[in-house]
Amino acid sequence: MSDITKQSLSSLVKNIKDRKLSSVEITKAFIDRSEKSNELNAYITEDYSSALDKAKKFDQKPNLDLKLPGIPMAVKDLFCTKNIRTTAGSKILGNFIPTYESTVTQNIWNEGAILLGKLNCDEFAMGSSNETSYFGNVQNPINKNLVPGGSSGGSASAVAGQLTPITIGTDTGGSIRQPASFTGTVGLKPTYGSCSRYGIVAFASSLDQAGPMAQNVEDCALLQEVISTYDPKDSTSIDFKRNEYSKELTNNIKGKKIGIPKEYRVDGMPQEIDELWQKGIQYAKDCGAEIVNISLPHTSYALPTYYIVAPAEASSNLARYDGVKYGFRARGDDLIEMYEKTRSEGFGAEVQRRIMIGTYVLSSGYYDAYYLKAQKVRKLIKNDFDEAYKKVDAILTPSTPSSAFKIGEKKDDPVSMYLNDIFTVPVNLAGLPGISIPAGHDDKGYPLGLQIIGKAFDEQNILNIAYSMEEKIAFKNNISDWWIK
Amino acid sequence: MSKNKSEYLISRKDNQYEVVIGLEVHAQVTSKSKLFSSSATKFGAEPNTQVSLVDAAFPGMLPVINEFCVKQAIKTGIGLKAKINKRSVFDRKNYFYADLPQGYQISQFKNPIVGEGKVILDMPEGQKEVGIERLHLEQDAGKSIHDLDPENTFVDLNRSGVALMEIVSKPDLRSPEEVSAYIKKLRSIMRYLGTCDGNMQEGSLRADVNVSVRSKGSKDLGTRCEIKNVNSIKFMQMAIDYEANRQVDLIEEGKPIDQETRLFDTKKNETRSMRSKEDAHDYRYFPDPDLLPLEVNDEFIEKLKTDIPELPDDKKKRFIDKFKLSSYEATILVSDIETAKYFEEVIVKMGKNKDIKLAVNWITGELFAILNSKNLEISQSPISAKNLAILINLIKNGTISGKIAKTVFELMMDGDKDPQKIVEEKGLKQQSDPKALETLIDKIINDNREKAIEYKQGKEKLFGFFVGQAMKASGGKANPQLINEILKKKL
Amino acid sequence: MSIDLKTIKHISKLSRISVDEPKAKKLAGDLNSIFKFIEKLNELQTDNIEPLTSIAETTLKLRSDEIKSKNIREQVIKNSPQDNEDYFVVPKVIE
Ligand SMILES: [Mg+2]
Ligand SMILES: [Zn+2]
Repeated sequence: MSDITKQSLSSLVKNIKDRKLSSVEITKAFIDRSEKSNELNAYITEDYSSALDKAKKFDQKPNLDLKLPGIPMAVKDLFCTKNIRTTAGSKILGNFIPTYESTVTQNIWNEGAILLGKLNCDEFAMGSSNETSYFGNVQNPINKNLVPGGSSGGSASAVAGQLTPITIGTDTGGSIRQPASFTGTVGLKPTYGSCSRYGIVAFASSLDQAGPMAQNVEDCALLQEVISTYDPKDSTSIDFKRNEYSKELTNNIKGKKIGIPKEYRVDGMPQEIDELWQKGIQYAKDCGAEIVNISLPHTSYALPTYYIVAPAEASSNLARYDGVKYGFRARGDDLIEMYEKTRSEGFGAEVQRRIMIGTYVLSSGYYDAYYLKAQKVRKLIKNDFDEAYKKVDAILTPSTPSSAFKIGEKKDDPVSMYLNDIFTVPVNLAGLPGISIPAGHDDKGYPLGLQIIGKAFDEQNILNIAYSMEEKIAFKNNISDWWIK
Repeated sequence: MSKNKSEYLISRKDNQYEVVIGLEVHAQVTSKSKLFSSSATKFGAEPNTQVSLVDAAFPGMLPVINEFCVKQAIKTGIGLKAKINKRSVFDRKNYFYADLPQGYQISQFKNPIVGEGKVILDMPEGQKEVGIERLHLEQDAGKSIHDLDPENTFVDLNRSGVALMEIVSKPDLRSPEEVSAYIKKLRSIMRYLGTCDGNMQEGSLRADVNVSVRSKGSKDLGTRCEIKNVNSIKFMQMAIDYEANRQVDLIEEGKPIDQETRLFDTKKNETRSMRSKEDAHDYRYFPDPDLLPLEVNDEFIEKLKTDIPELPDDKKKRFIDKFKLSSYEATILVSDIETAKYFEEVIVKMGKNKDIKLAVNWITGELFAILNSKNLEISQSPISAKNLAILINLIKNGTISGKIAKTVFELMMDGDKDPQKIVEEKGLKQQSDPKALETLIDKIINDNREKAIEYKQGKEKLFGFFVGQAMKASGGKANPQLINEILKKKL
Repeated sequence: MSIDLKTIKHISKLSRISVDEPKAKKLAGDLNSIFKFIEKLNELQTDNIEPLTSIAETTLKLRSDEIKSKNIREQVIKNSPQDNEDYFVVPKVIE
């Protein structure tokens, strides 16, 4: 069967179940394409030969009742994988080999999937362009020299470039949705507490969530169904009734009330983004939804709040990287010198910057003015959503304030880089689910995404809305395989 | 509190100073597994053999709280007559150290699990109440070993993550003696509750001691110094004594006291500044985002209350009321739950016609002496409560004399032998047959005619001589009371 | 407000990241622009707002007191940059 790598996850699963394709055939196809795609720099660590072994094993005794039978898959290098190097895109974990598996990846392997390798990401998931990775930046398959977004840049690039049929990323402030938007793919950030954080290298514990990234909404729903489980090993994991998202997927969203928050029309927003949004509103109407104007008055405070909360938590979460138990260690004559050199040489500039911000906002004399203040504003932001959801079932916004930008364009201007997450960050602060779907192109032909934000634990609803809009939008990604020589 | 002889004051020229002490006690929670991980807590294990991925802070590892430790903390709070906070929050205390793998300690800063309570001390001059500020749960750190290698420090993480209760007192203590009584009382309460074994040698109980001094009669608090991690009552007392005098000297010299953390050097018997560490101390506490608020409801607390045994203060009151013990005797018997249990078992086993006074004397006298000399806990006593009760009854009913009882007691230690059997086997039964004793005494008077005459002429001191002779002739078994009576009649 | 080099030195010490003069200057510049952007929060009056400490609106689940993690010393020490089989080893701590 030709063009295996062009197929969606759902069709690959069907082909395996119908015995039209073997796991080895599929795995080989993705390995072949991955090997020709080194220029994208999507992988940090490849595990092709054991992937093939596992595929052969699967084919010998295929269990076709599984949800991901013999499906090869690469995952973001923030998920700890047993006996496979896990770096978080950092020099400080450059040689780290976990002896354990994250719950999310374990769930995936339990459903029959096979690990292809570990995908590039911003260092400790801190970035919006995948330029902070110790293992180099990632190219966007849409166009050379374009960032794929971040921090799940390798994941987005690998899905868009068809190096993996589907993948998982993590989203702390937009790290799934923004790269999905930049690469013309679908990315879901689930409700906080939906997917276990056990075994995921932590960035900001109260914001981090793992989620699926896919070619289409149906695939996304299927993977979400697999990864979302209650996990007693994560105290913030929530025991709620989870749907069979892919089975319950419907394009009937008649009468659903969709809110349009006026505050998302930010100053200086490019016209093409506004136009995309208006088109999105029309699509939603066409699908039978009812459009309601709403207000989320504290929207513009979300990003400043995020840049206090996330660095504060990160400064503490990253204290464990001290050269004592694992990872990189620099030489030092005494303990303190060893610490300071290890962390200075082991962390990249953006990570150091955020550790400094976080340390500062928590330090004596500044805690109330910054950290406590941010927690209070976070409450206000959450209240905004609670109010809005009294009137609507979901909220529709653009995913990003622009299309993908050039590599290097914003590297030296942290604030303009941070502004990328302006539409995604409020969702993390409020712990809500959000999905980005490709909805059009800008005048350069780069993809643009729309975001649908749901109520907590209402993944099914936003998946349904996304599914029904996806049909109307009929987006086509322009992938020219420019990197394959 | 009234003025008393044990008041601890430091005098310099015309000035008298009193010392103000507050304690932060770290008590290891008795539990099988750690506070946030499922590895073992056993003392004395091989280095790094009780370390989970969570304890060593591997990437992506998360804390999950141990229910039993929560219950232990609440029980301790109940024992301290303290307010139990139905909602408490875990915070991170951030600092770098080799034996702190996470780079932070999970503790409770703003919202502890237990609030204000109190402890009653039994001092020689009467009772004294010491306020408890709070009790919170936190993780222990690992152990840094500095003397195994000249260039390196070795780290053992076995203790890392073990649950501790930090019990903070109000600055209500005024002397090293009170500190000693306070620690002992706290330990006693926790042992009654089974929440901390209180073993100071194994580090299950340590304290940070906050010391300040002020002019006698002043109401202001002076600048305090914190003496870190002192692990014996003796060292606490020595450290306080040294530190209080050091502070008084500074005041007398007109020099300021720096608020600082100090270390007690047990070899030099002095406290010394830890300033090198102090500069960078800014713990940046914030709520641990890996954990949620800890909430317990009334039902949970009430259920724990039904588990609380009679505590030392109540037991003491009961012992005084029911057994007519003196306050002093009761204090000794209740201080350790095992002693109290032993005592009550003796009482029960003694049956109806019991001599409680005698039992108290034997337990606090003979029994304590042999336990002390053999360095045994009462739970390891070579003589069971049952056999001690039999022995005491044998004295009480005149079967043996108190003196013979001591011999029997010695013999009982070998395998907790039944005293009744010993008495029978060795023929130690008291001679209480008046006829036989009369015959015996007649013979003695006959053999010592001259002395008998001297006695009759008024040399009353000789009465003792005849008693002695009678006892000797009976092999110590004669009933002394009967001997007295017969001698009086015959002489 | 403005973050000076002394403050940068202080927070670099707290965070155990060594910072030389040029790096400190660069960081001071970056942090000042970031904090200028953060200052926007001061527009809001938040005196009577409860801070949001945990986004998951539930409380802590308790696990039972069981020893599940056995001796995994080899596993725990395996990744350490310097060890002697029994202990983690770090350069001497200077008190
Ligand atoms: Mg202390
Ligand atoms: Zn403490």
